[in-house]
Amino acid sequence: MRILLIIFLMVNGVKLSYSQTDFDGLFMDRNYLCVGLVGSYSSFTHYWEGEHKRDNLNMGTVSNISLGVIGNYGLSDRLNFIFNLPYVQTKASAGNMQGQNGVQDLSLWLKYALIQKKLFKGDLQIIPALGYSMPTRYYTPDLLPLSIGMQSRVWSYRMMVDYEKNHWYFTGAATYMHRQNIFLDRNTYYTDRQIYSNEVIMPDVWLWNARFGYRNQDFIADVFYENMNTIGGFDIARNAMPFPSNNMDYQRLGIYLKYETPVNGLSILANGFTTIAGRNMGQWLGIGLGAFYIIDMTKKHGL
Amino acid sequence: MRYIVIFFLSFLLACKKEIQEANMAYPKLDPIKGDEKAGNWKPILLTSPNEVACPAPVSISSIRYQGEIQEILDLQKNMSDAQRTSIQYWSAGAVLRWNEIMRELVAKNNIPPYQNPDGSYPVPSAANPFAYPTFPFANPPYAARAYAYLSAAQYDALVSAFYYKKQYPRSSPSQVNSAVQAYFSNSSGSSFPSEDAVVMAVSVEMMKLLFPADTGFINEKSREHSLARIAGGGNVREELEAGEAIGKAVAAKYIAKAKSDGAGTAGGSSAVWEAMKQSAITKGEVPWLSQETPPRPPMLPLFGKVKPFLFNTADVEGKLRPVPPPSTSSALFAKELEEIYQITSNLTREQERICIFWADGVRTYTPPGHWNYIASEDFVQQQMSEVRWARNLALLNMSLMDAAIVCWNAKYYYFNPRPMQIDARIKTTVGLPNFPSYISGHSTFSGAAATILSHLTPSQAGKYQAMAKEASESRIYGGIHYRSDCEVGLITGNKVGSYAVKRAQSDGAD
Repeated sequence: MRILLIIFLMVNGVKLSYSQTDFDGLFMDRNYLCVGLVGSYSSFTHYWEGEHKRDNLNMGTVSNISLGVIGNYGLSDRLNFIFNLPYVQTKASAGNMQGQNGVQDLSLWLKYALIQKKLFKGDLQIIPALGYSMPTRYYTPDLLPLSIGMQSRVWSYRMMVDYEKNHWYFTGAATYMHRQNIFLDRNTYYTDRQIYSNEVIMPDVWLWNARFGYRNQDFIADVFYENMNTIGGFDIARNAMPFPSNNMDYQRLGIYLKYETPVNGLSILANGFTTIAGRNMGQWLGIGLGAFYIIDMTKKHGL
Repeated sequence: MRYIVIFFLSFLLACKKEIQEANMAYPKLDPIKGDEKAGNWKPILLTSPNEVACPAPVSISSIRYQGEIQEILDLQKNMSDAQRTSIQYWSAGAVLRWNEIMRELVAKNNIPPYQNPDGSYPVPSAANPFAYPTFPFANPPYAARAYAYLSAAQYDALVSAFYYKKQYPRSSPSQVNSAVQAYFSNSSGSSFPSEDAVVMAVSVEMMKLLFPADTGFINEKSREHSLARIAGGGNVREELEAGEAIGKAVAAKYIAKAKSDGAGTAGGSSAVWEAMKQSAITKGEVPWLSQETPPRPPMLPLFGKVKPFLFNTADVEGKLRPVPPPSTSSALFAKELEEIYQITSNLTREQERICIFWADGVRTYTPPGHWNYIASEDFVQQQMSEVRWARNLALLNMSLMDAAIVCWNAKYYYFNPRPMQIDARIKTTVGLPNFPSYISGHSTFSGAAATILSHLTPSQAGKYQAMAKEASESRIYGGIHYRSDCEVGLITGNKVGSYAVKRAQSDGAD
């Protein structure tokens, strides 16, 4: 009991309700680094070919396992730098196609609390964020749905609104993703016409995100809705394979849970989502588990 | 605050997305040699260059001709950017552009049908082309035959046109009236009949036969082409009409041939498939089985009986059928199977690149289309006359179609299983084709193409041989063929190609 009390006091020594992600309204304090590992598993059996939902007995269930290193460093109390680098492995349960695997895209974010003010006795924040992600090596995006990613370099421009009152909070985010052209291993391909180039124009994407939940010093719990809308692109033809520049859309519902363990600076998280609508994409269902640890990088508190 | 500035600055950095499409940068066709005597070249199906009639043109002093020159002048007065782009596009060459259009039609239609609820598969019907599954499923043999008929018909129609050009020499519109601006080159010695119209009309007719569900798209392209020729000062309307008449008459002969070459029944029947399977079992071999779920009927099992262009039907089995593959119970077979497992489980990035570059699977122009693209890229550099373009592509495409016939004949005669049918550990990096393994289609196509292209452009022979070898080996890396499928396929393809070389040496063009 005494030990627990000591741990509790130690934990209270650092700010508890801290951020790990690029999509929440929380920040790491200056000179604190939060690093973690997140593993996730997602899969689909049904997918949308254009808007037509179907399965594919020659793929069975397509699954995706990923293990990512994530970090968030407080450049200041209001400006955080976030990075994420996952290893991804894909597999189809039926058919003959080889699964793919490898280190995927490094993503980097700057998240800035532009406005922090009281509003109706709650806390309002306006948070712009800028993200960039890039493949760490060439992997082929031309074996969808088994490719580990799209191979595109992406600039993400995000505006978030976060409002918290009596521990209940809402976070809304709109993200515009500018996707750069990608390159294939072949010099011609067919979208809705034949194109003689190895370069593919990737349509940009809007991502909308709304989270509603409860957070205090010990845990965070929220439900979220996410809507991805590709601006343009073409539909998968009947019984053809998907292509990176397809018009891919989805709507997902999910939950997110985070718990501060009694161990100083150590937290664990779990999340899950289901896809409720889509276009040219799998009906992915996914879960994730992660553990994070806070390191004080200031000299006086150095580990 | 400065981060906000960075945030918005990065919007400005967002780069442009346009891409360069190789075929949009082709230069204007301006042949080095006019091939004015091509009217004496040996046609393929026509018995003589003047088998199809062509009435004499009107005099250039006639009211009709003067009116048609005025039509050009009117169009040139108010030319839009879109029209200029269209003229530039068509000025690269009629044979080239209609070959490209065919490649696009193949790619669009190269998708296997989805199964029925009861697990059977629907068959596309030429009689009802718009209903699902739309007609055709432009798989590699279908495509090879389509390219061959298109190119051969274009060639015969152009030989005929060049015959009449000699007979009815006529100056080009810009030579007759200097107010006409010429956006096209005029190298064939006579504008009558229009070689562009000949190519267009024969192509339109062949494409409507082979891709009936795309008739609207095909007609639109032909309208664009005609308008570009007139607005670009290439031809007066009469020259187009005379060309179209020749094109249509030659197409009618090819359509009649196509309807009786055996391709219409190449799908076979369940009795045929079963007999092939039993034949393999009788020989003591493991027969091929479809690896799809539900099992899909084999692709065009009787395509090996289709009438070839370059040799007699009897030669397919008598002279060109390859020796049997290693027996499925032999040590050599086991060794080759193990090689595929080893390669596919340790695939290098370079091997993966080769797999994807040559995959030419669903929703592509197929391996024959790929070789048409390779040939076209080289022919564009050579500034050949339209008739030589057609002749060279006809030689290539007859080789590719006949390679398909010989290859399919071997596949269904031996009915050899694919690697993963025997060793379920093997996973592929390219789609698994739904037909027997021996011999490799990619290898046979590529062997045939490399042989005839090396004859046509000797300076590139080394490149073609290397490409053929890489295309062939891509199927080993992909995990869908044994080494002997590929090696024997290449050799068999070379043999087919040598028939085209023989023809090339005696057709009057070499």
